Amino acid sequence: MQQAIGATNKAWPSMRWSRPRLPLWVVSWLQAGPLALVLFVLFALPTFLFLIVSFFDYDRTGIYPAFMLDNYHDLVNSPATIRVYLSSLKFAFIVWAVTLVVGFCVAWFLIHHVRSGTIRTVLFLLCAIPFWTSGIIRTIAWIPFLGRNGAFNQMLIEFRFTEHPLEFLLFSDFSVIISYVNLFTLLMIGPIANSMAKIDPALLEAARDAGASRWRTMVDVVIPLSKTGIALGSILVFTQVMGDFFVVKAMSGGQSASVVSALSVEIQAMQYPPAAANSMVLVVFTAIMVAGMMKVVDVRKELVK
Amino acid sequence: MVVGSSGSVGGSDRRSWTFFALLALFCVYMAFLYGPMAVIYVLSFQGENGGVTFPMTGFSLVWFADIWLPGQMANIPESFNRSIALAATVSVLSTVMAVAAGLAFRRNFPGSAFIFYLAVASLVMPSLLVGFGIGLGFRLLDLKPSIFTSALGAQLTWTLPFGLLAMFAVVNRFNRAWEEAATDLGASSWQKLRYVTLPILAPGIIGVAMGAFTLSYDEYARTTLTVGPKNTLPLEIYALISSASSPTLFAIGTLTTTVSFLIIGLTVLMVLRLQRRRLAATMKSG
Repeated sequence: MQQAIGATNKAWPSMRWSRPRLPLWVVSWLQAGPLALVLFVLFALPTFLFLIVSFFDYDRTGIYPAFMLDNYHDLVNSPATIRVYLSSLKFAFIVWAVTLVVGFCVAWFLIHHVRSGTIRTVLFLLCAIPFWTSGIIRTIAWIPFLGRNGAFNQMLIEFRFTEHPLEFLLFSDFSVIISYVNLFTLLMIGPIANSMAKIDPALLEAARDAGASRWRTMVDVVIPLSKTGIALGSILVFTQVMGDFFVVKAMSGGQSASVVSALSVEIQAMQYPPAAANSMVLVVFTAIMVAGMMKVVDVRKELVK
Repeated sequence: MVVGSSGSVGGSDRRSWTFFALLALFCVYMAFLYGPMAVIYVLSFQGENGGVTFPMTGFSLVWFADIWLPGQMANIPESFNRSIALAATVSVLSTVMAVAAGLAFRRNFPGSAFIFYLAVASLVMPSLLVGFGIGLGFRLLDLKPSIFTSALGAQLTWTLPFGLLAMFAVVNRFNRAWEEAATDLGASSWQKLRYVTLPILAPGIIGVAMGAFTLSYDEYARTTLTVGPKNTLPLEIYALISSASSPTLFAIGTLTTTVSFLIIGLTVLMVLRLQRRRLAATMKSG
C-alpha cells in the first residue's frame, strides 16, 4: 500500500530514499485531518442540525419532526427581531470603529516607535495581561468604576469637573460600548501588529526619501500593507460583538438586548425550533458580513504564504 | 534587532511629535485597561461591612476566606480545579492538532481551502450557538452532556481555529532552508521534525498552548449549554453575578488574576530559558 503510493510521489525527485514515502497530500491530510475532523463533527454537523431543527414543530412538551416555515415566518414578522438586530449592529459598528482606530494606533506605536525589542515585548504583555483575567469579571469591574458613587465620578467631583455625579456612565449604551472596547481591542492590536511587523522599514524610508509626508506614507504604504491584520481584527471584533449576550445584559441594566441574548431566552424556555430558526438567520447574517470582509482582503492568501 | 525607525526626519535620534502623541494614547489606553481592574483589586480587600462600591469601610481578607466557605451557592475551589483540568486538556489537544495542521498548511494541498474556511467559520460563529448545536445533538443522540465530552468539544471549536491562525504567524517566520539543510544532511522526515522544525518553532508553539489554555479557562458562552451538571469556574462566577453581589466576586477576580499571572510568568520564564539555551548553543558552535 505504502509502496504503491510512494511510486506516485513526484515531489521528491531525488530517489536516494530507501524507504518509500507517502505522497505529500496524504502527509498533509494526516497532519491537518484531526483538526478538520474535530471541526467538522463539532461545528459543521451541529450547525446543520439546527438548520434541520429550525423547520420542526414544537409545543410545551417537546419538538416534533416536521417541515414548516412558521418559525422563520414568525421571526421575520416580529418587530422585536429587527430591533435587536439594529441594536446589535449599532454596537458592532461603533465598537468596530473605536477598536480599529485605537488598535491601529497602539499597534503602530508598538511596532514602529518602540525601538527596543525587550520593551516591545513587555508592552505587548501589558496589553495582553488583562486578557488573562476572566472576561466576566473584567466586565463587572466597570460597575464600581462607572457607578453613581464610582471611582470615576468621585474623581470628576474631586477635580471639580462636575458637581453632580454623571448618571449616563453606567447601565447605558455608553457602558456597554466601554466594556466591549475594553474586552476586544486586543483582538485588533494582535493581528494588525503582526501585519505591521512584516513591513520592511526600507519601504518607509523610501517613501520619505521620495518626499511623502507622514500622512501619505501612512495612507499609501502602511495601511495597504496592514490590511490583512485590519481585516482579521475587524472580523474578530465584529463577530464577538454580534455573538455577545453577557456584556449587553450586565452593562445595559436590562435596557438593551442583543440578538444572542434574545436567543438565549428562547433556549432557556426550551423553544428549540424557533431558537434554531433565529440561530440560522444570525449565522447567515454573520457569514455574509464576514464573507464581505474577506472579499475586500484575501485573508487566506496573505496568511498562508 | 531594531525593527522600528524613529520616524523623525533625516534619521536623527530626535523623536517626532507623532511619537509623543501615540505614547500619550498608549498611556491612556493602559489606564483604560487597568483602571477598572485596579478598582476590583482594591475592593476585594473591602472591610467586613463594606459593599461592592466605594467607600472602603476598612481592610480585611474575609472576602477571600469566603471563597472557601462551604455553604456558598457556588463552589469556587472545585469548579476552579475542573476549569484547570479542562483548560489543560483543551490546551494539549489544540496544540497538537493546530501545530500539525499549521505544518500541513505550508503546502498547498487539495482540500486546504475547505479546512481553512471551516476553521474561519468555526471562529466567527456566535459562541452560544456552537454550544446550542452541540447540546441539541447530544439531546437527539440521548447522550448526557458533561465537561470532558460536550464542553471539551465545544471549546475545541474555539481554540483550534485560534491555534491554527496563530500557527500561520509562527510558521511564516520559519525559514525552510533549515529543513532543506537537514534533508541534505540525510535526516529522515521524523528526525527533521523532531530535531529541527519543532525546536525552532518551540516558542511559538508554547504561545499557542498558552493561548488555548487561557481561551478555555475563560470560556463561558460555548460551555454554558454543554457543560452538564458540573460547572466550570466562569460559569460559577456567572451564576454568582446573577444571584448575589458581594466583594467575594472581586476577591475571586483578584485570585484568578494572580493565578493567571503565575501561569504567564512561568511560561515567559520557560521561553526565555529556551532562548538563552539556544543562544548559548549557537555561541558554542559558532
